[in-house]
Amino acid sequence: MLEGLLIGLQTAFSLQNLLMVIGGCLIGTFIGMLPGLGPMSIIAIMIPVAISMGDPSAALILLAGVYYGAIFGGSTSSILLNAPGVAGTVASSFDGYPMAKQGKAGKALTIAAIASFAGGTIGAILLMIFAPMLSRVALAFHSAEYFALMVVGLSAIAAFAGTGQVAKAMMMTVLGLIMATVGEGALFNLPRFTMGIMDLQSGFGFITLAMAMFALPEALFLVLKPKDIGSGEGEIKDLRITRTEARAIAPVIGRQSIQGFFIGVLPGAGATIASFLGYAVERNIAPKHEQEEFGKGAIKGLAAPETANNAACTGSFVPLLTLGIPGSGTTAILLGALIALNVSPGPRLMVDEPQIFWAVIMSMFIGNLVLLILNLPLIPYIAKVLSVPRNFLIPFILFFTLMGAYIGQNNATELLILVGFGVCATALKFADYPLAPLLIGFILGGLLEDNFSRSMQLYDGMSFIWERPMTLGLLVIAVVLILLPSFRARRARARAAGVADGD
Amino acid sequence: MALDRWIALILLGICVAYGYTAFFTMDAGLAPFMKRNPIWPSTFPKVLSVLGIAASLIILLGLEKSEAKEAEIDYRRLHEYKLGQALTLLALMVAYALCLRPMGFIGSTVVFLVAGSFILGERKWHIMVPVALIATLVVWYLVQEVLGIYMRPLPFFIGG
Repeated sequence: MLEGLLIGLQTAFSLQNLLMVIGGCLIGTFIGMLPGLGPMSIIAIMIPVAISMGDPSAALILLAGVYYGAIFGGSTSSILLNAPGVAGTVASSFDGYPMAKQGKAGKALTIAAIASFAGGTIGAILLMIFAPMLSRVALAFHSAEYFALMVVGLSAIAAFAGTGQVAKAMMMTVLGLIMATVGEGALFNLPRFTMGIMDLQSGFGFITLAMAMFALPEALFLVLKPKDIGSGEGEIKDLRITRTEARAIAPVIGRQSIQGFFIGVLPGAGATIASFLGYAVERNIAPKHEQEEFGKGAIKGLAAPETANNAACTGSFVPLLTLGIPGSGTTAILLGALIALNVSPGPRLMVDEPQIFWAVIMSMFIGNLVLLILNLPLIPYIAKVLSVPRNFLIPFILFFTLMGAYIGQNNATELLILVGFGVCATALKFADYPLAPLLIGFILGGLLEDNFSRSMQLYDGMSFIWERPMTLGLLVIAVVLILLPSFRARRARARAAGVADGD
Repeated sequence: MALDRWIALILLGICVAYGYTAFFTMDAGLAPFMKRNPIWPSTFPKVLSVLGIAASLIILLGLEKSEAKEAEIDYRRLHEYKLGQALTLLALMVAYALCLRPMGFIGSTVVFLVAGSFILGERKWHIMVPVALIATLVVWYLVQEVLGIYMRPLPFFIGG
């Protein structure tokens, strides 16, 4: 591990990569603050820039910096405006905004910054410990286990993403997999489902699809229903916190870093679930008199979700880097970017390209530090971005979305495909279909089919399912994950009906 | 019928068409030696079409009971939102896509940014035009010079 750390330090501390971390964090913070733009949209917009650099370490460091920055920026708008820029920071507004209204905006931003730093840093330490362990286990996996593991990942994403509506999430996952089969596959070299259209020979563009699924619908929603992007609640001053306050939030930060990290590791359960759960757990275990403070400006109520969401972001890198399976929409976009850079994340990544693996981990530490040092004194100035009028902001968001797709493929037709898919994605959003499973399915589609086909060839049929106990076990878990939410919902309904009947 | 079920109906149609291709037409031109393989190009699509049809039927028939959630935007009252602006911006994006090559990057982008702000209700031309022009030139310089991706800056008739 020590050797890896040194390689990572050497790569992460190169001038180019340091600039990438700082730039990524700042860009992420700026854009993450704008209500309506989540980390997925921001990363989707930044991918063409990252890919065109050609250096996978630098690209991943830049995108990871943007990711952290966006989560941090989302907290700022949650606290100052009660308008979370990111779903993962909604819980931060429960106590952050009341604090700002009480004139403690500076203190709230400091707590958010410290909690985010601690969550991200502890998360990165846990990543350093657990990722190599998981990588070693995963090296023993065969294609059959990989196939089963991907099915588990996709089922978990469907189960989590579609809380109460698993069928919709499953439909979206299958649709993503279907879209991945369009074009010439690596395995058969035969064009499939292209309908004779030349442009479809190479399949749908990943960047175009990512932009269409996330950036365009978000921008259209901003147009349809304008959110307040007005200035904050006056001047931000007095960023200091007292020693008593620091002592009060320290155990919260410790607990939520660990809890948030492990929630982030689970496929489908990302920063949003981690932050809500963190908030709920801290409120439940707090003494009675403190419980009543939650929702009215409690510092613990702000520190808990802020720590948990950053730790979860770091945790979501574990399955991505060690198994090559993204656990969330954001890591799915990162996986797509890595594949575009000819890097295959998975257990071999640590062995074959240790500089990428360790540089990313090191850059997480640097990124968190950058966010703490740079942003804290700059927050009052960065928050000025919130006063950019939407009349100027929205055309720029649309322009960068279009540019992302154009630069990615260097083809103007791609822009028309982007608009078409964007309209479809908006309609799906209206009907409450989750979009992240579609993109994850699309990105994993090729890998899933490759592993499935390889297993079929090795075992001359489907016998690998019952001949390999681990494969069978994983597939059983996948089925349980799909069926469990429906079963629990049915039981809850039955219980509610029983109560209503006076049972 | 609610929008989600209409969408499920459309998705069912897509899955049926996809499945028909996978089950009945795709393997017609398969080389004889490939037919002895346990896996064909159509194998995975066949599985996907069955899963897709099953999932869309569950939504369409309402087999999965879920609690109604308050949507961010209620599509039934779409006319109450700024629908006109959204549709005009979409049309503007299509126009941008069609004009990008013939009109050149600089001209089409400046027009796109100014028109976008105008559609959203901005009338301060003295801010709109310089902001659009500066942003366009900066982006063009970054893409062309820093990223090394060629983008024709001027219209074709000026030799851009």
